[in-house]
Amino acid sequence: MSDENWQSYTRRIEELAARSGLSFHPVEFEAVPDTFMMEIAVYGLPVRMPHWSFGVRYIYQLIQRHMGHSRLFEVVFPGNPGHAYLASSNGLAENVLVTAHVLGHADFSRNNLLFKRCQEQVSEHIVEHAANHARQIQQAIETHGLQRVETVLDAALALEQHIDVDQSLRRSRYPEYLPDRRPPDEDEFRKRFAQLEPTAASAGVEPKKRAPVPPHPERDLLWFVAQYAPEMESWERDIFLAVREESFYFYPVFATQIMNEGWASYWHARLLREADFVPQQAYLDAIKCHSDVVRPVAADQQVALSINPYHLGFAMWEKIVETQGLEAARSIMTQDDDFAFVRNHLTRELAEELSLFRYSARSDGQIKIMEQDLPALHEAILGPKYNFGAPTVWAKHVRNDGTLELAHDYTLDGRGLDLERSRKVLDYLHRVWRRPVQLTTTNQAGLALELTAP
Amino acid sequence: MAANSESGGGQAGGDAAKWYELFSRGARDWLRHDEKVRESVRQHLPQIVAGGELINGGSRTVRVPVRMLEHYHFRLRRPEEQQGAGQGKAKPGDVFADPSRQRGPGEKGPGGQDEGEVQLLLEFKVDDIVDWLWEEMQLPNLKARVGPSEESDWVREGWDRRGARSRLDRRRSFKELVKRRGAPGATPTFTDEDLRYRQLARRRQPAIHAVVFFLLDVSGSMSDRDRKLAKTFFFWVVQGLRREYRSLETVFVAHTTEAWEFTEAEFFQVSGTGGTVASTGLAKVQEIIDERYNPARCNIYLFYASDGDNSVSDSADAREGLSAIAEDACFTGYVEVSSGLSRQLATETGRLFAELAGAGCAAGSYALNDFDDVWDGVRHFFSAESRAEESAPP
Repeated sequence: MSDENWQSYTRRIEELAARSGLSFHPVEFEAVPDTFMMEIAVYGLPVRMPHWSFGVRYIYQLIQRHMGHSRLFEVVFPGNPGHAYLASSNGLAENVLVTAHVLGHADFSRNNLLFKRCQEQVSEHIVEHAANHARQIQQAIETHGLQRVETVLDAALALEQHIDVDQSLRRSRYPEYLPDRRPPDEDEFRKRFAQLEPTAASAGVEPKKRAPVPPHPERDLLWFVAQYAPEMESWERDIFLAVREESFYFYPVFATQIMNEGWASYWHARLLREADFVPQQAYLDAIKCHSDVVRPVAADQQVALSINPYHLGFAMWEKIVETQGLEAARSIMTQDDDFAFVRNHLTRELAEELSLFRYSARSDGQIKIMEQDLPALHEAILGPKYNFGAPTVWAKHVRNDGTLELAHDYTLDGRGLDLERSRKVLDYLHRVWRRPVQLTTTNQAGLALELTAP
Repeated sequence: MAANSESGGGQAGGDAAKWYELFSRGARDWLRHDEKVRESVRQHLPQIVAGGELINGGSRTVRVPVRMLEHYHFRLRRPEEQQGAGQGKAKPGDVFADPSRQRGPGEKGPGGQDEGEVQLLLEFKVDDIVDWLWEEMQLPNLKARVGPSEESDWVREGWDRRGARSRLDRRRSFKELVKRRGAPGATPTFTDEDLRYRQLARRRQPAIHAVVFFLLDVSGSMSDRDRKLAKTFFFWVVQGLRREYRSLETVFVAHTTEAWEFTEAEFFQVSGTGGTVASTGLAKVQEIIDERYNPARCNIYLFYASDGDNSVSDSADAREGLSAIAEDACFTGYVEVSSGLSRQLATETGRLFAELAGAGCAAGSYALNDFDDVWDGVRHFFSAESRAEESAPP
């Protein structure tokens, strides 16, 4: 690949993108070896805390790559400036395409409201923050030993999806006391009542009452544990908060994947069409690469049992721009997340055009295509994305002896928890909470059930 | 190859001079995972090694298939019928099998995190395991009893400037090079002067032979599980003794009302019928000792595994046979394998060995009811043996 060529293209693509109405923070491009690309994909961040579970993901990724299933062209991190890592094995044509794609992401992450809100929380330097967390944890390992740090990380990373993005990243502790009860209005009845028995009326001044912890069901388990665990050390709390901050960064990436990838794909296709400075051959190569990325079904198959978010998002944005114009598309891009996007804009016609379907898979491997039903199709696509992809478990109460009560309501998901895994999570949690931890949920038959650790 | 990065970023961008080419975090965390697996495998070694033919099997490694560890999260229960969304040429009502068990979107989400089964085959060096165990369990290191005869062997000793290519000591040669290069005017490349070869010398060494007799009761009352328990126990006994003896022979004898010698492979497959007459087995052991081993030049160990139901009429013969062997042996041990029934050595054979120990012979017994007992059993014997050794006359 000719570096010089690519750099000059990069500049011209950036200009073209700005002329087309994209607005983005500057992006720093860096070409890195494939092995490092793979690690970024595994960890989700270029530098991140060590944990054995990443090692497991790493091996799976390695196996996949050896089987030729996946190839990564780029990974981009939002921020000001943004960071984009390109695989150094990319050819010129691929890099031209990838550059345009990255700019699409940069535009999206700067303007989408959900992204913006979370970015404001974690500041625009998540890459650096994550590297700091990694260093901080490395130091903790040196001071307290791998075993203890791993125990904390086992628990914190197991709860990584359990945050509440509707609250601030830096939220303060609950008020310690219940708010004073307002003195009752001095109405006619009260006055006469006071006259009846003067002592009873003056007894209205009650001592302040401690608020229960938590005062309301608390979904942000990482925050709650960090704040209210009875016997955690401060470095342990810091690890919980570090994991939580990274989760705040990951949430919008997760919750807008279809939109975001679609938007970037839409723009790389469009910018490439309009980039008359790209030579014919490079253009053709890039278009071929594009069709590989956004193809719905693997080349040798008729049917896919999953939906390629690149393809779905790309097709939806094309349709929206075609029918409603670019301006409407931009305003949808700023306001929606995947839930709104799919429900509002994946129409019956489009679903038919893309031949999307719902299926049900039995445990013996038999697969049955189900009847067309648009709302149900939306839910089938979105189902795995609810609540950061995790069941809703909340902290209900901390007893006087420090026992933590968690609860899960199966009516929210209609399925109930995987009990075996839940037990293991409670074990992790118990090791840092250091008092009994229990979880009320329901068993297969819908009967109330209590899991406890120890 | 960085482009547009003059403005200088954080640690990940700018000038963190390509650290990622030197260091792989993925590999580091993978190694940690591996370590965790190894730890948990160690805890279950007794069950694991019960499988293969290990005692004299040529390979000195144990291969253990393990599943990857899972980091658990709260997950939704997997429903009977899982729904998902897909794309392609399919009509409602189409039914097809999913031969590849391809992953649907539901499984990536709350349905579960299993990313297909990947099995690992971890290889453990038996010697490492044994060393580790001996340290962990603080088992005494036995002192080999030295026989009077001597034999000679080659041992490494010193270096020379000449020698066979295969004995070139590269580390040593390199050191010489470095030393010489320190001097002014020296040539920077290797010269013949620098090369050092390891030398061998013939040394006389005390002979420390040992032979271990494994005597197994294969009468009808011994179940498969009992045999497996005995096998696991025998395996660790051999490992422990191997630490002390450079040459260790093993002899396998099985008995019912008769006794036969077997090879290891056959030994654990044998199942007989009929009653138990321990004296026949003991007589067979005595016969083999007389034939092949000179007690004066060889350390003899006997381990006997049985469910303890020796026939009552045999007890006098058995007592006699056993004490004859015990006179010559460094140690005689008895394990009672009685899965389910914990009679705790209150059997015919158990009493026999208790008598023996009471008479001041180096003997010990232990009851094995479960695989978890194997370690305790091994510990019991090796501590008993080291006590016997201390009290034994020099």
